[in-house]
Amino acid sequence: MTSPLAALFDLSWARVFAVFLKELVQMRRDRPTFAIMIMMPVMQLVLFGYAINTDPRHMPAVVEMREDGPLTRAFLASLAQSTYVDIVAVTQRAEDGEAMIRSGQATFLISIPEGFERRLVRGERPQILVAADASDPVAAGGAIAAIQQVAAQAFAPEFQGSLSFLAPSPAPYEIVMHRRYNPAGVTSFNIVPALLGVILTMTMVMITSIALTRETERGTMENLLATPVRPLEVMIGKTTPYVFVGAIQVAIVLTVAVLLFRIPFTGSFLTFLVAVTLFILANLMLGYLISTVARTQMQAMQMTFFIFLPSILLSGFMFPFRAMPAWAQAIGEALPITHFLRIVREIILKGAGFVDVVSDLWPLTIILLALATLALFRFRRTLD
Amino acid sequence: MTDTVIDVRGLTKRFGDRTVVDNFDLKVPRGAIYGFLGPNGSGKTTTIRMVCGLLKPESGEGEVLGFDVLKESLKIKERVGYMTQKFSLYEDLSIRENLEFISRLYGLDRRAERVDAALADLGLVERQTQLAGKLSGGWKQRLALAACMIHEPELLLLDEPTAGVDPKARRDFWDAIRRYSAQGVTTLVSTHYMDEAVQCDSIAYIAYGKKLIDSPTAAIPKQIGLYGWRIAGRPLMKAQELLEASPGVELVARFGAEIHACGKNPGALEAAARAVKAAQPHVEIAPIEAGFEEIFIYLMSGAMDNFQ
Repeated sequence: MTSPLAALFDLSWARVFAVFLKELVQMRRDRPTFAIMIMMPVMQLVLFGYAINTDPRHMPAVVEMREDGPLTRAFLASLAQSTYVDIVAVTQRAEDGEAMIRSGQATFLISIPEGFERRLVRGERPQILVAADASDPVAAGGAIAAIQQVAAQAFAPEFQGSLSFLAPSPAPYEIVMHRRYNPAGVTSFNIVPALLGVILTMTMVMITSIALTRETERGTMENLLATPVRPLEVMIGKTTPYVFVGAIQVAIVLTVAVLLFRIPFTGSFLTFLVAVTLFILANLMLGYLISTVARTQMQAMQMTFFIFLPSILLSGFMFPFRAMPAWAQAIGEALPITHFLRIVREIILKGAGFVDVVSDLWPLTIILLALATLALFRFRRTLD
Repeated sequence: MTDTVIDVRGLTKRFGDRTVVDNFDLKVPRGAIYGFLGPNGSGKTTTIRMVCGLLKPESGEGEVLGFDVLKESLKIKERVGYMTQKFSLYEDLSIRENLEFISRLYGLDRRAERVDAALADLGLVERQTQLAGKLSGGWKQRLALAACMIHEPELLLLDEPTAGVDPKARRDFWDAIRRYSAQGVTTLVSTHYMDEAVQCDSIAYIAYGKKLIDSPTAAIPKQIGLYGWRIAGRPLMKAQELLEASPGVELVARFGAEIHACGKNPGALEAAARAVKAAQPHVEIAPIEAGFEEIFIYLMSGAMDNFQ
């Protein structure tokens, strides 16, 4: 019995099954690799899910205090309470503060000048200098925004009675902010679903990138090519076992995400399954394409990392996608993970259904088909 | 069905600017055991790979089992058993799994039965679950032969199948090949062993990518026309030096306790042998028939100027 697909590609399911079975047995024999494929998702998820925080708090600050009065003390107290900064040292000398910020012991230098309180009471608008180590903009950004507010809130209760003239008048308008889909701004809600994409990219591409190079290196390719097996049969047979590995990884990540990180899964699970299957296949084809190009397993690894870095940096995983220049966005659009990240965030956090993510499902499908076609053409039927 | 199994003409293969096989013709009749000889790097492996469709020749044409060697390589692959020089089955699969994998790829019926029969043939029934990588060299060769015979090919291409295998295993191996030959299987086998070469019906000798000899094995000594003298006795060092300096002696080869001096001019050779006897009275000299060993050492030493 031949299916239409089989007839079209001159494909024998018996041969596909032969390759599939062989690959499965080899995978089972290679226990360390199998263990890594199963353990890696858990470790990465726990490690990065807890470690990565895009809203950094408890940044070390040094205070250069030239004046010690009730108002400045109230300011410092609410600063510490905000949890954005931890005051690690208080000094009277300017050099100490400078040294600490240069050496990295402190990210912030807050200096309160002499006569601050006197000038404040006189209404002279004295200055508080906040110097931030902006060599890491992300680390400094959150706290810089917070300090403004902290100051306003700290001084407000003091500006009463005779000092009430110092209290600022409220703005003639009000801005109402809603943080949708992640009201508490929990970083792990953003990171954990995205880590699924990163983990799948890493393992799926890496595993299949050596699929053919390993055969070439071990010399088994010569025997394989001497049999009547077709390139498409090798491709399907070799990648299918890893679809199951991918499925196991997805199950592990979702379980950990829901149980450990309390990620709300609000959208359509069926759509998620479609998307994750497409994504796994696209990554397998990407790896397989690498294995048709690479001559050695070492080369295959290097090419995998060549793919892996942009997948993290240009996909919107670490940095906002829309903030990148157009050419970088174009590279990002060509990566399977970019589309998967959007889909998975929409489904898991924003409760999206099939219709909402179709705009990213079809690019993913096209990428998958393009990679598969390219890999098939790259497959060398001969030893040339 | 034709009676010529391999009929290739003008096969040429280049790697970069190096011509590895140059204008190679070969005709192998059905059921023959065809020996493929030549020094290392002479293009034997490349030729075999072109015949079974693993390499594309730059030019040339031909048929293998009646199929176009350039266009119908899939059909050829289905009917050819190719045994690679290096063990190329899966070391991390068991003996049985390897045989099953191969028989699945060829889409064989009665798979379990065939694998069982092959295992029984090999004498590996008890060890069928052992990993192929754990086998010794000789057993690996036998397993590889069994694997390339499992789909009952009409043509066997064996690339130095007995390299590094002990003499007993080599004998068993050749017994098997002769058995297949009697069943009508054609064999093209490359080898460096002369005791194997003489078992072939015909021999093609290739050097530097060019075929130099292609004859029935029995006709080769006559065709080369090499004469030999045996010089025996101890010590032989001085006699060897004398022979090497003598005109008319084209090959001086040590065989254990004797020297075989060979050349194409019988008169000059005899004169040289007698001169050695005169200078070294303790040695014994006698004319001998030059064997395959001498002939191929002679050929491989590059003394082939007046050939074709």
